Amino acid sequence: MKKKLVSFVVVLLALVMIVTGCSSPADKTGGKNTESPKKKILRANNGSEPGSLDPALAQGTHESWILENIFEGLMTFNENGELVEGMAENYKISEDEITYTFTLRDGITWTNGDPVTAEDFEYSWKRVLAPETASGYASILYCIKGAEAYNTGKGSVDDVSVTALDEKTLEITLEIPTAYFLELTAFYTYFPINKNVVEENPDWAKDPATHVSNGPFKLVEWKHNNKIVLEKNEHYYNKKKIKLDGIDLDILEDQNTAWQKYRGEEYDLLIDVPASVVDQLKQTGSPELEIGLQVGTYYYNINPDVRPFNNAKVRKGLSMAIDREMIVEQVTQGGQIPAVGVVPPGMEDENGNDFRKSTGDLIEYNTEEAKKLFDEGLTEEGMAIEKFNNSNFVILYNTAESQRKIAEAIQEMWREVLGIKIGLENVDFQTKLKREQSGDYQVSRSGWMGDFMDPITFLGLWWSECAFNDVKYNNPEYDALIKEAKSTNDQNVRMAAMKKAEAILMKDMPVIPIYFYTQPFTVKSNVSGVFKVPVRYPTITYADIIE
Amino acid sequence: MSKYIFKRLLLSIITIWAVITITFVLMNTVPGNPFANENRRIPENIYENLIRKYGLDKPKSEQYITYLKNIARFDFGESMRSDAETVNEMINRGFPVSAALGFEALLISLIFGPILGTIAALYQNKTPDYISMIISIIGVSVPGFLMGTFLIQFIATKFDWVPIGGWGEFRHTILPSITLAMMPLAQISRLMRSGMLEILNQDYLKTAGSKGLTKSVIIMKHAVRNAILPIISILGTTISNLLAGSFVVEKIFGIPGIGMFFVNSVFNRDYTLIMGVTVFYAIVLITMMFLVDIAYTLIDPRIRLIKGGH
Repeated sequence: MKKKLVSFVVVLLALVMIVTGCSSPADKTGGKNTESPKKKILRANNGSEPGSLDPALAQGTHESWILENIFEGLMTFNENGELVEGMAENYKISEDEITYTFTLRDGITWTNGDPVTAEDFEYSWKRVLAPETASGYASILYCIKGAEAYNTGKGSVDDVSVTALDEKTLEITLEIPTAYFLELTAFYTYFPINKNVVEENPDWAKDPATHVSNGPFKLVEWKHNNKIVLEKNEHYYNKKKIKLDGIDLDILEDQNTAWQKYRGEEYDLLIDVPASVVDQLKQTGSPELEIGLQVGTYYYNINPDVRPFNNAKVRKGLSMAIDREMIVEQVTQGGQIPAVGVVPPGMEDENGNDFRKSTGDLIEYNTEEAKKLFDEGLTEEGMAIEKFNNSNFVILYNTAESQRKIAEAIQEMWREVLGIKIGLENVDFQTKLKREQSGDYQVSRSGWMGDFMDPITFLGLWWSECAFNDVKYNNPEYDALIKEAKSTNDQNVRMAAMKKAEAILMKDMPVIPIYFYTQPFTVKSNVSGVFKVPVRYPTITYADIIE
Repeated sequence: MSKYIFKRLLLSIITIWAVITITFVLMNTVPGNPFANENRRIPENIYENLIRKYGLDKPKSEQYITYLKNIARFDFGESMRSDAETVNEMINRGFPVSAALGFEALLISLIFGPILGTIAALYQNKTPDYISMIISIIGVSVPGFLMGTFLIQFIATKFDWVPIGGWGEFRHTILPSITLAMMPLAQISRLMRSGMLEILNQDYLKTAGSKGLTKSVIIMKHAVRNAILPIISILGTTISNLLAGSFVVEKIFGIPGIGMFFVNSVFNRDYTLIMGVTVFYAIVLITMMFLVDIAYTLIDPRIRLIKGGH
C-alpha cells in the first residue's frame, strides 16, 4: 500500500512537471542572453497587457509605450527629448498656417524591407478615420480638414485632406490653424502602417511574425499577459543612435511584485513604482528615483446644479480650505505636485518658459479666507450651515484605496476649517462616470490626462461645447478666449488668451484642482539615456547599459 | 446509469442557459460600457462607431439571441478590450496555465491535507494536533494576497532558485501553487481529522484490532478509507475553483492564466469576455460535480445515484 502510494505520487509529480513544462516552453530568449553577455537588453515591466499593437486601435499608455519604440511618425522626440523630424526630412507650413507639406526621408523602410511612402501615411490616417475601424482615438485627427465628418459618417473619405502628392510628399490641410499639429504627428495614432501588409492580412498586428513597423525596434515576441520582446531594427535609418540590442518587457500587473523584481536586479527600469516605495526612496534620497512630469491634473468636480454649490464663493471656500501640500506629502506620497491651477507644469509658453510658472499660482490655501467666503456664499444662497450638514452631501469617488484616503483627508479639512459635514461614497469607476454625466452627484473625484503638450488640452475642457465638460461650465468670456487660442498659430496671442482664460476659470472655480500627476520611475545606475517627455512614458528608446 | 447521465446532461444544459440569461441581464443592468477607461474618455460619435463594430447598437433581445446562437457553437466572440485575441483564444491560452497551477495546488492539498488530518486525529490534543490546527487556521484565514506577498518577500527574494514572479518554468509554479493550496489543504485536513476521530471510536475498528490486525493496517485500510469520503464531496467545487485560477494569485505572481479575466472583464465591462468566462466556468463546475457524484458511487457502494437502482 505504502509503496503504491509513493509511486502514485511520484508519477503524478512527474506528470505535473510535464504538463507545466509543455504549457509554456522553457524560456529560450533568457538562455540566449546569458550565452552572449555582450548583448544590451533593457529589462522592464509593462504594467498591463496591450489591447492592440496596431497604432489605429491602441488606446492607452501601456500600448503607447511599446508602439513608441517600434513605430515612428512624421515627427519624433530625439535623444534630448526635443521634437524633431522623424520619418519626415523636412516640412513646410503655408502662410495661412493650415497646409503642411512633409517631405519624407530617403532610405526609410519597414521592418520587412518595403520603403515607407507618403501613400502609407495617407492610407493609415484614413484608416484610423474610417467609421468601421472604430478607432477609439480617431478624434485626435479631427484637426485635419474633413476628418471629423468622415469619422462620424457625415462626409466622404475623399474629402479628408491628406494627400500623397508623390512617393515622398505628403500634403495635409487642417480645419483651422493648430499650433500643436507638428507634435501630434509624433502621437501614436498618427504612426504609419504598411499599406500592402495591412491590406493583405487584416490580422497582421496580432502576431509578431506578421507585425511590420518602422521604428527603432521591432516586435519579435508577444506572449499574452506574460512578456513582450523587442529587438533593434537594423533597417531603421537612425540606428546608430540606438544603443540597445533589445528590450524585454514583462507584463506584470502587480506593482509590488514588479518592485521586488526591480530590487532583485531582474529589471533595469521600473515605471509603476508603488507610492509607499516612492515615499521611502524620497526619504532616503535614492539616486535611482526620478519623478517625471506628466500632463495630468487631479480635480474635484463640483455640481453647479445643486444649491449651494452653484455659488462661486462656496466653491472657492471649499478650494481654499484644502491643504494640498499636506495631501501630496502625507496622503498620496507618490511625488505628486500640489495644484496651483488646472494646467500642469511641463508645457511651454510663447517665450519657451514653463506656462505654469509664467501664469503663476492661481490657488491659495487660506483657512480664514476660506471660512469667510464659504459662509458668505451660504448666506447668499439662504442656507444655514445646519441645513448644509443635514443635506447628506457626499464626495463621490471610484473605489480605490488611494482615492479613499484623499477623500477622507479633504472631508476632514472641510470639517475642521469650514465646520461642515460631508459624507463619502464610493462606486466603481464606470458607475461614477455615469452619475457624473447624469448630474447625480455633489462633489466627485475626477482627473484629466492630456494627449499633447499645449495648455489647450486642459483649458479646452471647460469650453461650454466640450463633451467632457461635466460641470457644464458656461462662461461666454471664457469661451471667447478659448476660441481665440484655437484660431491661430501665433503663440503670443494664444498664450495671452489662455493665461487670461485660466485666471477666469480659477476665479469661478467650477472644479477644484487638487494635484498635478507625476510619474515616478526608477532606473538602475548603470542605465543611461532614459528621460521623460511629460506627455509620454519614460523614453527608453535611446537608453544605454554601461557594463 | 445511462438514463441518469442523460438526465444530468439535460439538467446541465438548462443550468448553463440559466447562467447565460442571468449574466446577460445583470451585465446589461450595471452602468458603464466597455469603452470607457479611467484615464481617457471617448467622444459620443466615436463611441457610436465602437458600439456598431461590436453589435451593441442592436436591440438587447437581438443581442441575447446572437449570444445564445454563438455560445451554442462555442464561439464566445471578440473581446471588446483586446484586438489581439478572441475570447476563445484567451480561454484556450489562459485555462491550461491556470489548470496546471491548480492541478499542482490540488496535489499538494490532497497529499498533505489527509496526512495532516490523520496525524492530528491520531495525536488528538497533543502537540502534532496543535501544529496541524495552526497550519489550518493560517490556511483558512490568511488571504491569498497576504500569503503570496509574504512568500515573495521571505522566500523568493532570499533564494535565487525561486523566482519572484512570472511564468515559463516549473520553478515559477512553486510559490503560487503553495499559496493556492493553503485553503483547500486546511479544509481537507480539518475534514479528515473530524472524520478520523469519529471512525476511530467505531466498534468495527475495535473488532479489527481484536482480530490482531496491526495499527497501521487498521488506519490505512479501514479508517482512512472511510474518513476520506467527506473530502470527496467537497472536491467538485475545490477542483473547479483551483482549475479556474485565482485573480489574486495570478495578479501577484504575474501568471497569464484565466483567473484574472473573471475580475478584469467585469471591471472593464468587456461583455463578451464576461460571458465567455462565466459560461466556461459553469461548464467546468458542472462537469466536476458530475464526476464527483460518479466517483462517490465507485468508492462508496452504499450510495446509489438512482432511487431503487441496484
